[in-house]
Amino acid sequence: MDIRLIQGVAYLGLIIFLTFILYGYIIHLYRSEKKGKRNYEKYGKMALDDELTSPPVEPLEEHTKESR
Amino acid sequence: MQNPAIEYDYTVAKWFSYLAILFGIIGMGIGVWIAFELAFPELNYVAGQYSLFSRLRPIHTNTVAFGFTLSGIFATWYYVGQRVLKVSMAESKFLMAVGKLHFWLYFIGALLAVGSLLLRYTTSKEYAQFEWPFDIVVVLIWVLWGISIFGLIGIRREKTLYISLWYYIATFLGVAMLYLFNNMEVPTYLITGMGDPFHSVSMYAGTNDAMVQWWYGHNAVAFVFTVPIIAMIYYYLPKESGQPVYSYKLSLLSFWGLMFVYLWAGGHHLIYSTVPDWMQTMGSVFSVILILPSWGSALNMLLTMKGEWGQLKENPLIKFMVLASTFYMLSTLEGPIQSIKSVNALAHFTDWIPGHVHDGTLGWVGFMIIAAIMHMAPRFYKREIYSKKLLEMQFWLQTTGIVLYFSSMWIAGITQGMMWRAVDQYGNLAYSFIDTVTVLHPYYTLRGIGGLFYFIGLFMWAYNFYKTMTASKAIEKEPQFASPMAA
Repeated sequence: MDIRLIQGVAYLGLIIFLTFILYGYIIHLYRSEKKGKRNYEKYGKMALDDELTSPPVEPLEEHTKESR
Repeated sequence: MQNPAIEYDYTVAKWFSYLAILFGIIGMGIGVWIAFELAFPELNYVAGQYSLFSRLRPIHTNTVAFGFTLSGIFATWYYVGQRVLKVSMAESKFLMAVGKLHFWLYFIGALLAVGSLLLRYTTSKEYAQFEWPFDIVVVLIWVLWGISIFGLIGIRREKTLYISLWYYIATFLGVAMLYLFNNMEVPTYLITGMGDPFHSVSMYAGTNDAMVQWWYGHNAVAFVFTVPIIAMIYYYLPKESGQPVYSYKLSLLSFWGLMFVYLWAGGHHLIYSTVPDWMQTMGSVFSVILILPSWGSALNMLLTMKGEWGQLKENPLIKFMVLASTFYMLSTLEGPIQSIKSVNALAHFTDWIPGHVHDGTLGWVGFMIIAAIMHMAPRFYKREIYSKKLLEMQFWLQTTGIVLYFSSMWIAGITQGMMWRAVDQYGNLAYSFIDTVTVLHPYYTLRGIGGLFYFIGLFMWAYNFYKTMTASKAIEKEPQFASPMAA
């Protein structure tokens, strides 16, 4: 088979695969919110309440405890 | 609870802000000059070989892209990075030293690199003209920035990385990859022992070289003019307006969409060239798809202002940012239209292309950096912005400048394209090249005047910034949202 044809088909295949991944991501975002696993919108506060003394939206310590 | 005595340290952010203003004035000053050279060719010879358009044009593009824009990106990173990670650079002596070294190496490297272009050391690859010794300096600068980014992330208090940081990280990784691959070159002196030690040849040849070059060239637009500017607007617009991002989920989705699509669109620079046809088509298709993530970010920003449009009237910084977002929408619609094959047949090599580039760079990149630096100024110096009126005047003058620039280039470009392809009944070309030059002269003059307006606006910005730093009324505490400004 011609190398250029293989390249073209592989390219198309890759795009279709990545499109599925991208749509999968949208579903993942909405599903996690619906199940109450995460609230993405609260992260918007990070830009507004960004004093050094203000409490983090999600402190790093909690994260390390969770992962232990 | 952290030590209340520690404050955010803006030293490096301030230094890069000064550089952004300096390089903005130098880069755009040269831009205005060469715009007038196109309208009045005798200006080419005022300083012998050093004032020729061909010598100055790369200095213009490199200074605005890698001088003005990168300084703006670094200034905002050293500000936004600390704030959204809730950690001060003063907490790490190492990161502070890296930041300062980053600044000085960048400043000295940038001056030497610009000097090398003036002395005609060039690889002749567009936006990648610096010869190999400067490429090595660029890599060192970039590594220092990387240490700063990941070092600060390493000592953060906030677990989740705010969306702006995703964009800064993408800028870092994207440019690193693009720059390394496109600048693979062989220093000829080291191999042959002859010729100029600065000279090199690309490791790629012919069509391959063109493909790598435009994969780089287009993505330099992506990762210098788009991605880090989105990083800025996702922080500064919400912060200045006091409104959280309209949809954080949309910001995440647009991020991945942009990363997924942008890297494939470079082929549109090589339509009707020797690259494989399917690749040209893919370049077009991906460029059109690129509208979706681009407009996703831009609409997210406009919707952030929902219910708060009154601020547009009251606050000139909001004006700059909302118009920046609007220009982003305009140029990300215009670019895909130009990449459609049949449109490209008319538009390619015409003045419509610089017209397109400049409504993006002047309107989107320039306005966003101006607004970001003016937002930071009262926080840097604990003083209110010196003059709201001056900021308003700058906004309207520069907006008029941009409109003059792109409208004259639209007309010039389409006229030029139509004249080049016009044939008589026997298939002979209807016009010679000089016919187009004569017709285009008034539009070239208009473009120069538009650029001059924008350039004058830069001095208003510099003056306002300087007076804010030195003579403006002191404020007791850092403003939370809208930047305080004297009438």
